[in-house]
Amino acid sequence: MDAITSNNLTTSTLAGADPVEFYGTQVASRLLLGTAQYPSPAILAEAIRASGSDIVTVSLRRESGAAKAGQSFWQLIRDLGVKVLPNTAGCKTVKEAVTTAEMARDLFDTPWVKLEVIGEDDTLQPDVFGLVEAARILSRDGFQVFPYTTEDLVVAEKLISAGCEVLMPWGAPIGSGRGLNNPYGLRSMRAHFPGIPLVVDAGVGLPSHAAMAMELGYDAVLLNTAVAKAGDPVRMARAFARAIEAGREGLLADPMETRDMAAPSTPVMGRAAFGQ
Amino acid sequence: MKIIVNGEPAETGAGTLADLLNELDLADAMIATAVNGAMVRKVKRSEIAIRDGDRVEILAPMQGG
Repeated sequence: MDAITSNNLTTSTLAGADPVEFYGTQVASRLLLGTAQYPSPAILAEAIRASGSDIVTVSLRRESGAAKAGQSFWQLIRDLGVKVLPNTAGCKTVKEAVTTAEMARDLFDTPWVKLEVIGEDDTLQPDVFGLVEAARILSRDGFQVFPYTTEDLVVAEKLISAGCEVLMPWGAPIGSGRGLNNPYGLRSMRAHFPGIPLVVDAGVGLPSHAAMAMELGYDAVLLNTAVAKAGDPVRMARAFARAIEAGREGLLADPMETRDMAAPSTPVMGRAAFGQ
Repeated sequence: MKIIVNGEPAETGAGTLADLLNELDLADAMIATAVNGAMVRKVKRSEIAIRDGDRVEILAPMQGG
């Protein structure tokens, strides 16, 4: 096994494999995909397959005895053989988020939870105070928390102190498709926490945004709307998979330094002289 | 007795949460449950009595981002 070190990242490679690890679980794909807003269950299933994702996010909502919508959705996810990362989407208080997480653990039999505590309706910005408190409660109770946070370094420190071993800063507001609003902040976060798996979660709209996150040294990207609301979700899922692989490969290939002035790439020596 | 199930008023004669899920044809479903805001694990449903005015939440896997 070779060890590649690049930009403070140490990655093990074995026969070309480049897995990412969350709480001791290794997965091959660095694309985590949401399961909401697809045109149909069939397109959702096909998009997940095309994405190559090993982890998909799911939520919990009220079930009716008559419709049983959740049961058919669960059958679809189970048949795909992917790992599920339950979320606490829509929760606005610590109590709501903690109870939802507890119910998710009982339902899905996993300690993983994508912890969302939403603080503002227009931006769906995390309430970072509630987030830290809920993360502490859940981590103590044995959960493995994937917190949806901002790029704020102090909040990140507090989440790690609370027991989080993964951080998921937003790129931009959920569903906005704006990409990485604060590349400087995300770069700082990567530099401050070289050993913590970092996932850009939310706001990604284009494959190039995801590639940029990977080039910044992020370990993975979590997205939903960009694929689900594309004209061709299956094709977009494939595009994101390729962009994330390309961005990761670019990072590991150790990019050239940027410079302010031009530098000719074609040798100057031996250039023919015409005229004069 | 009158209870609230997923925010809607309901009439039930169920003695326990497990009985209520049977009534609703959800006994074998992939669901998580809470009574009066507190989560009730699968294995505890037959031990939790349902009383008049209880608020029951029955959640299932759904699409999420």
